Amino acid sequence: MFSSFMINTWIAGTAIALVAALVGYFVVIRHSAFAAHALPLGAFPGAAAANLLGVNPFVGLLVFVGMGVLLLRQLARIGRRDVGTGLLLVLFLGVGALFLSMTSEYAPEVFSLLFGEMLGVSDADLWPILGICALVSVVMITIFRPLLLDSSFPDLAALQGISAARMDLIFLSLLALVTASALPVVGAFLVFTLLVGPPAAAQSLSIHPLRSLLLAVIFAESSIWSAIALSYWTNWPIGFFVGMLGAGLFTLARSYRHWSQRQRPAVQVSSL
Amino acid sequence: MTNQSPILAVADLSVDLGGRSILRDVSFDLYPGQLCALIGENGAGKTTLLRTLLGLITQRAGTVLIGGAPAREHRELVGYVPQKINFDPDLPLRTRDLVRLGLDGQRLGLPFFNGRTRYAVDQALQAVGAEDFADQRVGELSGGQQQRAVIAHALVRKPRLLILDEPLANLDFGSANALVDLLGRLIVQQKMTVLVTAHDMNPLIPVMDRLVYLVDGRAATGTVAEVVQAEVLSKLYGYPVSILHHGGRILVLPDAPENADVANMNRCAGHGV
Repeated sequence: MFSSFMINTWIAGTAIALVAALVGYFVVIRHSAFAAHALPLGAFPGAAAANLLGVNPFVGLLVFVGMGVLLLRQLARIGRRDVGTGLLLVLFLGVGALFLSMTSEYAPEVFSLLFGEMLGVSDADLWPILGICALVSVVMITIFRPLLLDSSFPDLAALQGISAARMDLIFLSLLALVTASALPVVGAFLVFTLLVGPPAAAQSLSIHPLRSLLLAVIFAESSIWSAIALSYWTNWPIGFFVGMLGAGLFTLARSYRHWSQRQRPAVQVSSL
Repeated sequence: MTNQSPILAVADLSVDLGGRSILRDVSFDLYPGQLCALIGENGAGKTTLLRTLLGLITQRAGTVLIGGAPAREHRELVGYVPQKINFDPDLPLRTRDLVRLGLDGQRLGLPFFNGRTRYAVDQALQAVGAEDFADQRVGELSGGQQQRAVIAHALVRKPRLLILDEPLANLDFGSANALVDLLGRLIVQQKMTVLVTAHDMNPLIPVMDRLVYLVDGRAATGTVAEVVQAEVLSKLYGYPVSILHHGGRILVLPDAPENADVANMNRCAGHGV
């Protein structure tokens, strides 16, 4: 399980889970799960177009997800972002299907980028992943405070000179980068589970901003490590285990929160 | 009081939005320790006036000086409590974390506590009486408690002017009285200047000493005694009004039109009103 050809998988998986938890923490607070689902789908047309043109799939993904970020920003301005996000999602799939229909020979490779591949991490792939993860982590920790205030109460943030538009652009860009880093191991489609499952579970269990952030990272790392190990032993696709663990973790944490809320009186009578 | 300089000086303020005139020639000064009620019905221009004071809207004419400088330059002197306060119940944020973000939420880095921030946050929590729910999830508090948390968020930077938008709307009587007491303590103990918007001035009568009465973008301003006069308000409304005093409460009513009242009554009776 820890043989040389698996080492890169462990390293990449660990890095991806870290940034997915950090960015996913805000995906949950900002109610952006739908955008976090749609944006990574840009990997599909991206990878298909890259195959068609014979360039690195990373490049194709960054182009399409980057366009997705700009489109979502525009949609925020004209309103009904939820509808726009849904349309963007299908647009990505449609364009991807078009590109894929033009080239059938590399379809399995596109499939592995979308759904993950345990042994898909070469040494050449590892460095860009680690670079992106380091960048996302540093930016995330740097803007944590203003982004937390903006995500909790935009009106108050604006009065402290925090621009909601700027925060949204930074947040969506980080989301796009996480998608890119997740391509080889977890796959673009399945990174969504890591983005929302562990942070939502952590926020259900801890009311402390930093402790719930740490808990989200711990949950995400446990999920990805378990998924790699289980996938190695069973030979089942890693995506299956990532999906199962994310949903299971979320369900358990929400059930606990629901149960603990019922232990307390629902209405507290006090002077205010 | 007149030997001090005003915290807030509004002079001949006119604001247009989307080509429509919203405020016309509004002028008033507020000094330390004063509580001013900004009274007006929906659409009178209260929110526009607040947003102009906060530097979020640019005026067509006139000046707004906060601490002697244009509104935008002295943002740290102003604390603001919005009307709509509705935190997500799952937000991983305690009351003290929210207050702490009021202190330095705009700075970069993680929000760790140190001795200085912990002291400032405790002071603000104490000032609004929020110690009991300081360590609870802010989204799970009652509406009144969430409002206190946001007031503490505004107070923690020690502003000299505190602006509250319709703080009494959606509060039950007990909570409204407690809030009015709190505002009274802030102006007396901390010499803070407080500006409160409301559609009804009565709950604020025990603590307010200045009044800005807005009708359709124009304002009558001054002490309560100066503004609440039939003559002043009739001129502002553009039709005759009467003022009823009852048990320390004030009611402003339009006069019944002399000639039309019989016809009106008949019409009302005809509709079964």
